[in-house]
Amino acid sequence: MNINLTLIGQAIAFAIFVWFCVKYVWPPITEAMSTRQKKIAEGLSAADRASRDLELAQEKAVQEMRKAKEEAAALIEQANKRANQIVEASKDDARKEGEKLIEQAKAEIQQETNRAREVLRAEIAKLAIAGAEKILESSVDAAKHNEMLDKLAAEL
Amino acid sequence: MADTPVEYIQHHLQNLTYGKLPAGYERLDPYTGEVLSVLDQATWTMARSAAEASDMGFMAFHVDTLGWSIAMGCLFLFLFRMVAKNATTGVPGGLQNVVEMTVEFIQGVVRDGFHGKNPVIAPLALTIFVWIFLMNSLKLIPVDFVPELLMWLLPIEYMKIVPTTDPNGTFGISIGVFILIIFYSIKVKGGLGFLKELSFTPFNHWALVPFNLVLEILGLLTKPLSLALRLFGNMYAGEVVFILIAILPFWIQWTLNVPWAIFHILVVTLQAFIFTTLSVVYLSQAHEDH
Repeated sequence: MNINLTLIGQAIAFAIFVWFCVKYVWPPITEAMSTRQKKIAEGLSAADRASRDLELAQEKAVQEMRKAKEEAAALIEQANKRANQIVEASKDDARKEGEKLIEQAKAEIQQETNRAREVLRAEIAKLAIAGAEKILESSVDAAKHNEMLDKLAAEL
Repeated sequence: MADTPVEYIQHHLQNLTYGKLPAGYERLDPYTGEVLSVLDQATWTMARSAAEASDMGFMAFHVDTLGWSIAMGCLFLFLFRMVAKNATTGVPGGLQNVVEMTVEFIQGVVRDGFHGKNPVIAPLALTIFVWIFLMNSLKLIPVDFVPELLMWLLPIEYMKIVPTTDPNGTFGISIGVFILIIFYSIKVKGGLGFLKELSFTPFNHWALVPFNLVLEILGLLTKPLSLALRLFGNMYAGEVVFILIAILPFWIQWTLNVPWAIFHILVVTLQAFIFTTLSVVYLSQAHEDH
């Protein structure tokens, strides 16, 4: 247990160890540690951000879906309405067309009737004249008796 | 090998000393006491007995203390340098984990104890902690194991493998810390500022300057003394107990040295921690400018 030069040797060794540690050991280790710390912190914040993004995306998806459903429902309703309208319109058209056809037919019938009446009238006049001729046994001057014959035809 | 328990203990507490013996020194046989030779001039040689070692005075080296402490320091630097070189910022492996835990622990100690800005303090604390821890850990090797092995391999008489059971070993470190305390005190406060602090604290009056000086210088000198003696005392006492246990019959030794060794796992770490923390605190005081 003598105090001797060992003391100084030990102090020198200590100084060299400290110098080496300060210069070559401490900086790389602490740097690696702080870099890792930063990386972990970044990773954690990225994960946080990602989960927040996911939440937002899910919310947006739900919203979009709801909107799409609403739009589809509106479209279907519109289509139904339009179809009803078309049906109603075509019913109307058909009815009008029918009425028009009936109207036309009625007019034609009227015309035919009138024409037939005219023909009939002329025939009767002719028959009447023929009858009268027979009765009189002489010809009747058509020109002389036209006035009387027309009066007769008009009475028919 | 020594015969009696006293000789056995003394033998185990003797360092392997290489030093200078003065001219005209009579070298005695360590066992018989006969004069073997008389030196005609001052000679550097290996001490063959405790008496020779103490007669060498200051001009001597404890080969075992220096050797083992330098070996431990190199082991520390080798391990940590290896990790530092291959340090990955990804998932660390086993050794890197251990190293990073130690570094983080030291960062914590420095954060708590040191209130200044100095990039040297943390690596200094790391060196002190790991080095002392490794030197102290040598104590957990059974006391006779290494000395017997080395004495069988080499022609040496003594081998004390725990450098912190040698006051030279602990004072060497604490003197290093002391020099740093003085250096930073002067660097931060300036030569005059440091002198002023020594002269005017704790009593700020000119008439009390001599009293203050005595008090403060004593306080300053106590720092390395307490650092070194605390570590040395704890380790030396533990070593003596291990040696005492080793005297007992071999079949009973485990009942005592196993608990004592387990207890010393705590002491080894605790003493390294105390030395480190106090060094950091002392250096922090050196940085405080009043």
